[in-house]
Amino acid sequence: MVTERMRLIGGRLLDPSQGIDELADVVVGSGRVLEIVRGTERSRRSAVASGERLVNVEGMVIAPGFVDLHCHLREPGFEDKETIASGTRAAAAGGFTTVCAMPNTSPTIDTASDVEWVTTAARRGGVVRVHPIGTITRGEKGQELSEMADMAHAGAVAFSDDGNMVKSARLMRNALAYSRVTGRPIVDHAEDPDLVDGGVMHDGRVASILGLRGAAAEAEEVAVARDIALARATGGRLHLAHLSTAAAVDLIRAAKAKGVAVTAEVTPHHLLMTDEWIAGTGVGRPPFNTNCRVNPPLRTDADRAALLEGLLDGTIDCIATDHAPHTSVDKDCEFDQAAPGLSMLETAFGLLMRLVDAGQLDLTTLIRLLTVAPSQVFGLEAGTLRVGAEADLVIIDPGAEWTVDVRKFQSKGRNSPLHGERFRGLVRRTMVGGEVVHEVPE
Amino acid sequence: MTATERRPMSDVGLRERSGSIRPIWHGRRHILDLDDWEPGEVVQVMDIAVSMKQILARPMKKLPTLRGKTIVTAFYEASTRTRISFEVAAKILGADAVNMTASASSVTKGESLLDTIRTLQAIGADMVVMRHPQSGAPWVVSDRVDASIVNGGDGWHAHPTQALLDLFTIRERLGRVDGLKVTILGDVLHSRVARSDIWGLNLLGADVTVCGPPTLLPRDWVVAPESLPFKLRVEERIEPALEGADVVMALRLQRERQHSGLIPSVREYCKLYALNAERLAMAQPGALVMHPGPMNEGVEISPDVAHGAQSVIEEQVTNGVAVRMALLYLLSGGTARLDGE
Repeated sequence: MVTERMRLIGGRLLDPSQGIDELADVVVGSGRVLEIVRGTERSRRSAVASGERLVNVEGMVIAPGFVDLHCHLREPGFEDKETIASGTRAAAAGGFTTVCAMPNTSPTIDTASDVEWVTTAARRGGVVRVHPIGTITRGEKGQELSEMADMAHAGAVAFSDDGNMVKSARLMRNALAYSRVTGRPIVDHAEDPDLVDGGVMHDGRVASILGLRGAAAEAEEVAVARDIALARATGGRLHLAHLSTAAAVDLIRAAKAKGVAVTAEVTPHHLLMTDEWIAGTGVGRPPFNTNCRVNPPLRTDADRAALLEGLLDGTIDCIATDHAPHTSVDKDCEFDQAAPGLSMLETAFGLLMRLVDAGQLDLTTLIRLLTVAPSQVFGLEAGTLRVGAEADLVIIDPGAEWTVDVRKFQSKGRNSPLHGERFRGLVRRTMVGGEVVHEVPE
Repeated sequence: MTATERRPMSDVGLRERSGSIRPIWHGRRHILDLDDWEPGEVVQVMDIAVSMKQILARPMKKLPTLRGKTIVTAFYEASTRTRISFEVAAKILGADAVNMTASASSVTKGESLLDTIRTLQAIGADMVVMRHPQSGAPWVVSDRVDASIVNGGDGWHAHPTQALLDLFTIRERLGRVDGLKVTILGDVLHSRVARSDIWGLNLLGADVTVCGPPTLLPRDWVVAPESLPFKLRVEERIEPALEGADVVMALRLQRERQHSGLIPSVREYCKLYALNAERLAMAQPGALVMHPGPMNEGVEISPDVAHGAQSVIEEQVTNGVAVRMALLYLLSGGTARLDGE
C-alpha cells in the first residue's frame, strides 16, 4: 500500500455512489480515499503547502474502479487460456479493479479450500481484487449441491454453474432455498440445453442463411421463467447471468414488479453486437467468425434494443463482461467446434462508450452500471470513492481514440471479434488500493 | 410445353440460352458459395459447361487443359457423386486428381482442418475440393492458403456446384431459368442444396417456393420471408406449393429426423410430402422432376416419378461433370473461349 499522499487534481469526479459529477480533487493515501475537495483553485494551493504529490488529470474523468461480476480467469486448470495474473492484468487494462471469477475451472471451485486457493493465488499473482464464485452443484454436474455455506464463509461471493444451466428444476429450487442461509445469490446461466439442442448461434434469419444450427431464443425465456418461479416459491436470491433476449427482459420486469428477489446482468457484446456479426457482411468482415461464437449467442437488433431498455429502466441491474478467454486452437477451427466466449475485459469500456456516443446512455449511468450497481448486486465493498474507501479508481480519457489490437492484449485470450475496431474513451490509468496497476502514457 | 416437344440442346444457340444476361468472369480464386455471384458469372459457367458436355459425348474424352495441375478432393463426409464427378472432371481436363478421405488420414489423429489443407497445399495441390459436415468449414481455410478452394458442400450451408448443375439442367431442358416457377420440396432446414439453389435461382430470376413440414423449415423463412436476402415463397402444405410449378426438386429425407423428433414417422411424412404421380399432376404438364441425390425412393419421391418421363435426375449427374469441368477450367485461369473452338 502506498503511504505517500497523492492529489489527483483538475479532473471530473464521477462517482454515482455519492451522486458526484463535478470538477473535484481526490486525495489518496495509505491505499484509501482521504479527501475529496470540490473547488480546484483552493485545493491546488493547499496541496503545494502540504507537500503532496500532485497528479494533473485535467480533462480526465475520475471514477471508481469498475466491478465485474462475471469473468473467467481459467485458473486452475486452463492456464493456456488465461491465468489469474494475465486475467487480472487484462482487468486492470480495462479499468476493472474488482472481478468475480467463475468456478468452471479444473478442478471446479466446489469447496471452501478451493475458494481459499483462488483467493490466495489472486493475492499472490493478481493485480486487481478477485472474488471467487463457487459452484452450485459439485463439479457443475447438476447432481448434488456444493457446500455453499462453507464456501460463503471462506469468501465466495455467489454461486454458479456458469457454462451450464442447473438442469434439474428440483435441485435449482433447493439451491435457491439454501441461498437464504448463505445470503449469497444463485447465479444461473439460464439456457435450457434441451431447447438449445446443440445450437451454435441465434436461431434466426442469419443462422438460416448460414446453415448453422440455431440456439432458440425461447431456450432462455423458458429457463428464466422457471428460475423466477423457483425464486418466488422459495424466497431465495436469484441473479440471472448474461441476458440476451427481449422475452427474458419482460419476464424479469414482471417478476421485479411482484417483488421477486431477482437481479440480472447484461454483457457489452449482447448490448452492442448482433448475429449479423457472424454473417460478417453488415460489418465488413468474413463470415463464420468463430470469435463471435458465445453462449448465449449474439441475438437480433430487437433483442439488443430490449436489453438496453431493460438496463435503462432498472430491469437489468448492471453490466458484466463474461470475459471468456480461449487459445487460438480453441477458435481457429470450424464454427461448430469453436469454444464459446469472447475475450472482453479490455474492450468492454470502449465498446460500451459507443452507447454514450450514440446518445443511448449517459456516461454517469454507464459508470454506475459498471461500479456501484454491480457492487450492490453481490453486496461487495467496492464501486465507490467515498472518503475512507479503498482507493480503487480509474482515470478515463473520454475523448481519446484507440484501435483494438488483440496482439497487445494483456489477456492470453486473443479471441476478440473487435480486433481493428476504433473506439473512443480510453482507460488511461487504473489504481487498486492507491497503487497504479495499469497506465497508458499520453 | 411437354417433355417430348422440347428441342434437343444442340439445336439451341448459345446466345438464346443465355437470354439477356451477358456472361462475365472476374477470375475468382475460390468457389465457395453463390451468395456473392453475379448472374453473368453463372451464365459464363453454364456456357462453358455446354462445350464441356459436348466433349463428354466424344468417344475420346480427354483435354490437355489442366495438364500439370494437381487437384485434391478432401472429403470429410461420405459422398459418391460429388467426389467422383470432380475426380472425373479433373481427369478429363488432364489434371492429376488425388483423393483424400478424412477417415483414412491424419484427421483421425486430431490434425486441424487448417493444418490438413495447408499440408495438401505443401504437397502440391493447386486446387482443393472440400466436402465437410460443418457449415462454414471452407471459410476456415480460404483466406489462409494459396490453393483454390472449391466447396463441395459444407454442412447445411452451401453446395454451389450442385446449384450450378441444377441451373444448367433447367436451362438445357426448358431453355431458360428466368420467370420459371421452381418448387423445392422436403427437408429444407438441413439442406445445403436448397440454400445454394435458392441463391442461384434468384440470380437468374426464377420464382422459388420451398415446402416442407414446419419442423424442417427455418422458422424465420416462415414468419418473415421478406427479411431474407433472397426472394422466396414458403408453403407448409404441398398442394399450393406444387400448383403451376415448372420444376419440382425433391430433397432427401434422412431417417434420423424421425428419431430426433422432427417428424412423427417417415410413413406420415410420405403421406404429406412425398412427390408421387398424383401430386406431380398438380404441377405444369411436363414439369421437370429433379433430385440432388442420393434418393430414398419410396420416401421423399416415388420410384415411378423418380424414373418417369419427367425426371432429369440422371441427367443432373452427367451435367454435374460438365459443370465441374467448366469450374475447374475457369479456376485454372481459362478464358471464355475453349482451346480449339
